[in-house]
Amino acid sequence: MTRKMVYLDNNATTKVDEKVLEAMLPYLKQNYANPSSIYSFGGISAQAIRKARVQVRDFVGAKSEKEIIFTSCGSESANTAIKGVLDVNKTKKHIITTKVEHPCVLSLYKTLEKQGYKVDYIGVNANGELDLDELENAVNADTALVSCMWANNETGIIFPIKKISHIIKSKNKETKLFVDGVQAAGKIPMNVEDAGIDLLAVSGHKFHAPKGVGALYVKSDTLISPLIIGGHQERGKRAGTENVPYIVAIGEAAQLAQDALDFEATTVKHLRDKLENSLIKNVFNARLNTSLNNRVPNTTNIGFEYVEGELILLHLSDMGICASSGSACTSGSLEPSHVLKAMGIPFTALHGSVRFSLSRFTTEKEIDYVISVVPRVIDKLIKISPFQEELATLRKHKS
Amino acid sequence: MWDYTEEVMDHYRNPRNVGKIDDADATGEAGSLACGDALKIYLKIDKNNIVTDAKFQTFGCGSAVASSSVLTEMIIGKSIDEVKKITNKDIADKLGGLPPEKMHCSVMGHEALEDALKKYLGEETSEAKKDKLICKCFSVTENQILNAIKENNLKTVEDVTNYTKAGGACGHCKGDIQAILNKFYNKKTKTEEVPKLTAAQKILKINTIIENRISPELRKDGGDIELVDIDGNKVYVKLRGACSGCKNSTLTLKSFVEMTLRELLKEEIEVIEVQN
Repeated sequence: MTRKMVYLDNNATTKVDEKVLEAMLPYLKQNYANPSSIYSFGGISAQAIRKARVQVRDFVGAKSEKEIIFTSCGSESANTAIKGVLDVNKTKKHIITTKVEHPCVLSLYKTLEKQGYKVDYIGVNANGELDLDELENAVNADTALVSCMWANNETGIIFPIKKISHIIKSKNKETKLFVDGVQAAGKIPMNVEDAGIDLLAVSGHKFHAPKGVGALYVKSDTLISPLIIGGHQERGKRAGTENVPYIVAIGEAAQLAQDALDFEATTVKHLRDKLENSLIKNVFNARLNTSLNNRVPNTTNIGFEYVEGELILLHLSDMGICASSGSACTSGSLEPSHVLKAMGIPFTALHGSVRFSLSRFTTEKEIDYVISVVPRVIDKLIKISPFQEELATLRKHKS
Repeated sequence: MWDYTEEVMDHYRNPRNVGKIDDADATGEAGSLACGDALKIYLKIDKNNIVTDAKFQTFGCGSAVASSSVLTEMIIGKSIDEVKKITNKDIADKLGGLPPEKMHCSVMGHEALEDALKKYLGEETSEAKKDKLICKCFSVTENQILNAIKENNLKTVEDVTNYTKAGGACGHCKGDIQAILNKFYNKKTKTEEVPKLTAAQKILKINTIIENRISPELRKDGGDIELVDIDGNKVYVKLRGACSGCKNSTLTLKSFVEMTLRELLKEEIEVIEVQN
């Protein structure tokens, strides 16, 4: 039996756009020269990188393409930004971040704490909104860096970056703002100049480029030391021979994503809302684990109370549906999502949370299929739950 | 993606013996909703001590459901004596193995079964009272950890976490788990010589331990503790916030507060709760 697969895990990774693949292929085949070489064959590669740099510049709204560094992934971009800024500001030992950052960034801060940095973790309310007063109070003369995500990977909630930048800079002009833009890129318009961002990380595979390429925006007046030391590449900020085909890919993907932003805000959002509204309405133990407003258009996070998330995912997978969960069991970490916990999501729904994330390739037919399957799966799994009385009460309340 | 065996997949796709037995002769429970997995098992046992029927209800992942489901199949038709011999390893083996990180699912199945048998045979509590709570996040006790070490030949703290979940969240108890492993494998850890304290020194020390070591832990769960009086080795305390009225407060008091004081003072402290 072959069933069509419905991929609703686009916050984990996305499929490579055919146009992106086409653009990068020549650089995996005939155009293999090192862009640093002097002969005109090398010039083809150098020219391709220049084009990609301009495409990414326009994608993030930078003033100059010189402010764009290509990296291998989002984690490398974040590590380069954070360690790079701290390294040139050795006297300052204070960092501010949020409780809901991506584990890649949080793990780095845990390491830095061990090295003597003081890190403040700003909390969020039940709607996932950042406590801006707490942020303002935390900024002081010793604050080297504020690190904040643009959109959350689990809930899709957008942080008011422009406001955050204003708060920080009015208390300490020298404090740098690093924004993890990995989940915002390709979903909402980004403009680093307008938002007052000093450093911004993005990852290609989240917007239909292949895995293995990322980019980092570093504002011209922001100094960083390189993470990878070696050659002169990327203006000395990231050594290593340029990954030409993948850089071409992220450039092309950035341009396509930029062109598709209106589509994301309308069609993708419409499909997401259709899925969300239908599940909340038709599944009695479903609750929305995220706020209604200030979200990227492709993400929803729904908690199915008293049913465990991994079990839901396994049964959805049997029906050809790919989604993800903040449950403890799926990660192997034994701990459920730190994001949902920080928001105070009740633990009845925490372990049964399911994230559906769409892309511009998601079709209405696929969403209709998911809408028809999920209630049946939940209905089946509820029967296994030991919390029958609680479920009966919930059912009564809903009807 | 977990590397689940065909047997595991078969059991979570088509779980056997799901449900409740209203007139069960024995019921057992393990885990809790807050911890991410919870299991109830119901047994019918006839006058010849044969398990004639078994049903389960599980809140948990694929391997938790599979462990419960296969367990019911393993015990139906068996005598109590045979059932008592079943270990968590038998459950995992019957499923063709579980990923290391998922072994705790088989342990949970075994614990629920043990709980049911203990209640049925009336062997409850005397052992449980002596038990010490090690992992506060997942409510794992010393005996549970020791059983897992014995039955599965566990060697490292990571093994213990995979099998019992202990140490898998905040990680504060990892040192205690290592101590249990050391004790089990007869490795002597350094014991410090503790000089005898005067009464005043002791009061001061107890107060400091409560303030610095115990109170912050309870506050993490929304509770708190207050020292009321000390009389010889008897320490009188009041529980505050979420701790007062919590079902687990006796466990907290005995296993955590008392054991912490005993450990740090090297004296036979007894903690007594003063009601408001």
